[in-house]
Amino acid sequence: MTTRIYIPADMLAIALCADEVARAIAETAKTNGTEIEIIRTGSRGACWAEPLIEVETDTGRIAYGKISADDVPGLFAADFLGGGAHEKHLGLVDDISFLQTQQRHIFKSCGLYAPCDLASYAANGGFAGLRAALSMCAENIIDEVEVSGLRGRGGAAFPAFIKWRTVQGANGPQKYIVCNADEGDSGTFADRLIMESDPFLLIEGMVIAGLSTQADKGVIYLRSEYPLARRVLEKAITVAQEQNWLGADIQGSGKAFDISLFVGGGSYVCGEETALLESLEGKAGIVRSKPPLPALEGLHGQPTLIHNVLTLCAVPEIIAKGGDAHAKLGASRSAGTMCFQLAGDIKHGGLVEEPFGISLRALLDDFGGGTRTGLPIKAVQIGGPLGAYLPPSLFDTPLTYEAFAALGAGLGHGGIVVFNENTDMRAQARYAFEFCAHESCGKCTPCRIGAVRGAELLASDTPDLGLVDDLCEIMVAGSACAMGSMTPIPVQSAMKHFPDEFGARATQAAE
Amino acid sequence: MSDLKPLDLGTPPSPSENNVTLSIDGQSVTVPEGTSILRAARLAGSDIPSLCATESLKALGSCRLCLVEIDGRAGTPSSCTTPAVQDMVVQTETPRLNRIRKGVMELYISDHPLDCLTCAANGDCELQDMAGRVGLRDVRYDNAGTNHLDAPKDTSNPYFTFDPAKCIVCSRCVRACDEVQGTLALNVSGRGFDAVISAGGTDFFDSECVSCGACVQACPTATLMENTVIDLGLPDRVVKTTCAYCGVGCSFRAEMKGETVVRMVPDVDGKANHGHSCVKGRFAWGYATHPDRQTKPMIREHISDDWRVVSWNEAFTFAATRLNAIKEKHGASSIGGITSSRCTNEEVWLVQKMIRAAFGNNNVDTCARVCHSPTGYGLKQTFGESAGTQNFDSVRAADVIMVIGANPTEAHPVFGSAMKQRLREGAKLIVLDPRKIELVSAPHIRADYHLPLRPGTNVAMVNAFAHVIVTENLLDENFVAARCDTVSFKDWRDFAARSENAPEIVSKITGVPADTIRAAARLYAQGPNSAIYYGLGVTEHSQGSTMVMGMANLAMATGNIGRAGVGVNPMRGQNNVQGSCDMGSFPHEFAGYRPVSDDVTRTQFEKEWGVTLDGTPGLRIPNMLDEACAGTFKGMYIQGEDIAQSDPNTLHVEAALRGLDCLIVQDLFLNETARFSHVFLPGTSFLEKDGTFINAERRINRVRPAITSPTGMAEWQVTAGLSAAMGYAMVYENAAQIMDEIARLSPTMSEVSFAMLDEKGSVQWPCTKDAPEGTPVMHVDEFVRGKGLFVLTEFTPTEEQANRKFPLLLTTGRLLSQYNVGQQTRRTENQRWAERDELEIHCADADMRGIRTGDLVAIHSRMGETTLRARISERVQPGVVYTTFHHPESGANVVTTELSDWATSCPEYKVTAVQVHPANHLSDWQNQHQNAASDAAQ
Repeated sequence: MTTRIYIPADMLAIALCADEVARAIAETAKTNGTEIEIIRTGSRGACWAEPLIEVETDTGRIAYGKISADDVPGLFAADFLGGGAHEKHLGLVDDISFLQTQQRHIFKSCGLYAPCDLASYAANGGFAGLRAALSMCAENIIDEVEVSGLRGRGGAAFPAFIKWRTVQGANGPQKYIVCNADEGDSGTFADRLIMESDPFLLIEGMVIAGLSTQADKGVIYLRSEYPLARRVLEKAITVAQEQNWLGADIQGSGKAFDISLFVGGGSYVCGEETALLESLEGKAGIVRSKPPLPALEGLHGQPTLIHNVLTLCAVPEIIAKGGDAHAKLGASRSAGTMCFQLAGDIKHGGLVEEPFGISLRALLDDFGGGTRTGLPIKAVQIGGPLGAYLPPSLFDTPLTYEAFAALGAGLGHGGIVVFNENTDMRAQARYAFEFCAHESCGKCTPCRIGAVRGAELLASDTPDLGLVDDLCEIMVAGSACAMGSMTPIPVQSAMKHFPDEFGARATQAAE
Repeated sequence: MSDLKPLDLGTPPSPSENNVTLSIDGQSVTVPEGTSILRAARLAGSDIPSLCATESLKALGSCRLCLVEIDGRAGTPSSCTTPAVQDMVVQTETPRLNRIRKGVMELYISDHPLDCLTCAANGDCELQDMAGRVGLRDVRYDNAGTNHLDAPKDTSNPYFTFDPAKCIVCSRCVRACDEVQGTLALNVSGRGFDAVISAGGTDFFDSECVSCGACVQACPTATLMENTVIDLGLPDRVVKTTCAYCGVGCSFRAEMKGETVVRMVPDVDGKANHGHSCVKGRFAWGYATHPDRQTKPMIREHISDDWRVVSWNEAFTFAATRLNAIKEKHGASSIGGITSSRCTNEEVWLVQKMIRAAFGNNNVDTCARVCHSPTGYGLKQTFGESAGTQNFDSVRAADVIMVIGANPTEAHPVFGSAMKQRLREGAKLIVLDPRKIELVSAPHIRADYHLPLRPGTNVAMVNAFAHVIVTENLLDENFVAARCDTVSFKDWRDFAARSENAPEIVSKITGVPADTIRAAARLYAQGPNSAIYYGLGVTEHSQGSTMVMGMANLAMATGNIGRAGVGVNPMRGQNNVQGSCDMGSFPHEFAGYRPVSDDVTRTQFEKEWGVTLDGTPGLRIPNMLDEACAGTFKGMYIQGEDIAQSDPNTLHVEAALRGLDCLIVQDLFLNETARFSHVFLPGTSFLEKDGTFINAERRINRVRPAITSPTGMAEWQVTAGLSAAMGYAMVYENAAQIMDEIARLSPTMSEVSFAMLDEKGSVQWPCTKDAPEGTPVMHVDEFVRGKGLFVLTEFTPTEEQANRKFPLLLTTGRLLSQYNVGQQTRRTENQRWAERDELEIHCADADMRGIRTGDLVAIHSRMGETTLRARISERVQPGVVYTTFHHPESGANVVTTELSDWATSCPEYKVTAVQVHPANHLSDWQNQHQNAASDAAQ
């Protein structure tokens, strides 16, 4: 009897030597004369346990975590092919608390099968949304998106259906669906994980978006730092074309949609949608002024629907199960699930998909298991390098767009980076300016010069905090895009919550 | 200086016909939909601060000074990029906005030298103005912070300096290079704080920069600054005038300081150039004060004598006595003259008047003879008027642009830029040219079809186009039926359909594949708006007039005439070539292209001028030269032309000039022709003239004196002085009175006067009681001649054919930085871009002759021999060589032939069969020329 072994092949697992593990298992099995089949899957997103290998048994898939090639002889000795006990034995994968307690919708199939195995994707509910959409009129598809309450997952949280309806109603000889896969926030990896693990989900979401807006061309703008995602997506697109899920006549419906892949040039600002469009047109990645909205004049001046990867990946289930089901998830006007990414000093780093409304504390404690170092948490930064630093006193805040907006913070793309008590918060604030200075496109003055001046100010042990505040006001109100206008968020949140780390202010406060 | 600056509304006007009304600072303002809030506010009197915005460029929104608050909208959007919307309520001055603006200025100044008092832009700096506007009093950032203050200056360009230390990275220069000039030589290199303006990684001089100066004009600081301003300081007065280089006729503001020109700035109100210019117009005016400039009249008994400076009266008397003596001895028709297309209409008018009234014959011709005379003839025959059909702005509506034998980006750069803009918007392009001109392949421009036809085969090609249009039924039958003469059309249709005109046959003559010809013809016919632009590559052929009519036939047959975006457009070479023709500078025609033999017209002139006029046509230039060689033509007045360099077959021209008893040259410099003259009358530069020029689109532009003539005389006064000395007085108080006489005697200019031009800026003739505002597009409802006439255009090969002895065909053209014979541009820093004429030769032809780039090569034709340095180039095709004719020592016209257009005698400059081989010494002619030049210098 052939035993199936599932070994992830996403970028993280490979970095942790999953390829060597797979090779060692194959060689050992060959030597032993044991019949096995190794399936290279995506990742479940339990990054802390990678490489997480799974063995198919009668009772289910048994997991072994943090496996290295050195563990392989021991695993065979412990009869891992039969699910045998071993110090790295994690039990049934479906019973791992980190995974089992999540409410996964977008990531539900992540790690189950080989990323470009279209049959497995379909067997696990894939294409249900697209099949439904092919028999729906465009208006009804958009109605479902409206009912679902889906909002953009890239950070701005703009109601998706408004963009869809605008593009649908716009006139243009060639409309486009553009997927923003320029995932550049520090501590984030959800887009990468889904593209490397379940790429057909993104393709399905894009096709549905195309059908509802009469756009028959899709472009995925992928960051250059994701070479593996590129290979997976290229293969998945080819497979989808061969199987007629992309092309001139999708599944005999007479409807057309196709996707091309564009790899960016390594600029953070190109994650901003208008800079992304400039880059796609072959120009320097510099933000455009809005209006015109990309929905009306986007790529090559044509009506263009731009969404983040996760927004598009939420679409198939919304169409398959109806917008209502999605709307019921979450809290207040934050509908559906959010794909949080735990990173930094955290014991159980990885992908946690939960309905909006869960508290930060629950994420950090119940899923994250506290810090990896064991040191107390000083702050977390939510939403990437331009997100706010929050102290433990605010950890009970429910993770919704509304509650975070009230704090002057945002959820961004769902990245959560944990900092322990040894962190220098003034250095972190200065880093925000430095990051902005490094990544600024240089178009607008507040960002181009302001970021440099901000970093210089905070390099002093006794910075002129009044000037920092003035500078922050100029950057917030004056910058041409979110790059410059959000840089003050980490700066001012650090200054607000950790005033005694900003010498002068501590002194000023004391006086 | 501020009152000298034209108002800048910040963003371009919106073309919308729908209006919106909004409130700005409590003022209600109504603007076309799509207008920016910035522009609307400035129109309403709220001058919102800004730095990166300027009216000639699309809004960018980078400086963040023009932020405003809008009721009901979050944030502070930039007013330059936010369109005005109905019922919007906008505040432009609030405490918050001022805080932001002041903060932005503080950031700017934290990376800017604090040397305002000694800065070249002191008093003319928008950054300085804005610092004052927002009340910046303190820069709190550490002055030891990162900055660009030590960035080195780039002084490589002779006309302007790039000082990056003063740059605020508004990218107005980069955008001007893109949106205004279309060269894309500049870019922003690096990002964030490292973003700097770059000329493509090299210095300005070695870059792709064409020195049009649009970047200098756009720069709000001293970063890009004219060297003249750096040297002289700011101007204190402005004179609006017109450029005296090519036929585009750009309007300029001569910015003056006393009698000194500080800079020439193209006028945004100029209807031909809309605020743009080229390197010649903007920068190459230094010749006007060059030491070579002659300012005193001179005479000599014999051309071997030294010149003698004399008073004006003595010069007039000397010249008049000689001319009258020649008339006495050799008869009335033994003297004549040439008018100049460089001079004003008023000056030209007096010369032709003097010849007809005082010389007593019609021996008057003009340099248009050697350039666009076939245009006058061909368009008159077919359409009824000797002029181009459109205005320049018409190109903005063209869908298909066909460029034939013209090189707009070099020879008519400002219009070339307008054409590039339209091509980048998606217009299709067909280029018919033996040579791969820039438009064939430029950044973001690629000709849909380039037809590199063999020189001398234009007419065969146009007939092949006609054949495709007729036989593939691409005709606009409705247009033809309604607007054209149907009898001539049927003849033409039958002619075009003849098998000898099929592309498959013509392909063998032209060397262009038949399917390319067919495809190009279809594209032209399909339009919907197809426009033909052509130059001397059409006219300077033995069948130049035939080709002009062939193009007119195509335009009529496809209905591409009589509206914006279409037409047949000659690219006129000289500033006033249209005007000098309009003024009646032809031996057979009075002003308005009316025959001298027409009694009614002649009577009108006789009445006005108070003399009896000759009703028989006079001599053309080549006839004058032939008669001079024959000894029957002895006296000549040449106004502002240098035929010894510019006319074909130099040896023949020189022989003719030597045969004259009295040659009077009126010019700025002792030019090539002056070597053979007895009287030299110093002329005036355009900076000194008061009058009008007419550009290629029939636009009458004012030329106004910015500086006092160093000769003490206006040029028309000189002509009047000579005429009076000959016994015929021409009395005017000023140039305006001459224009009044022109208007009285020119039916198409009856409403034109200086007062009217000063009020309207400029008009395009016909400007009559029926069309008091002028006529941008001609032949709208009917052709000037009534029905459009089709003319059969049978192809007759030129006699000038390549053979074993002369296997290559030489053709000629122009360079951007030089102008025609180079009289002016060679006396400016433009010389640095083109120090010599070179022979472009294809590598295949060069290889078999052992020629490398830079080698001295001899060029032999049936006429003569000269030498040039070779340049191996892919722009020319095998079998064709190419040169320019800007430098007299090149002797380009020593090799050209006397063959000419059958109808107008326009020389066939564009086809000369030659042989080329390596040389180790100059030609005999060049040696003689060199000796003569060094004698003159001594």
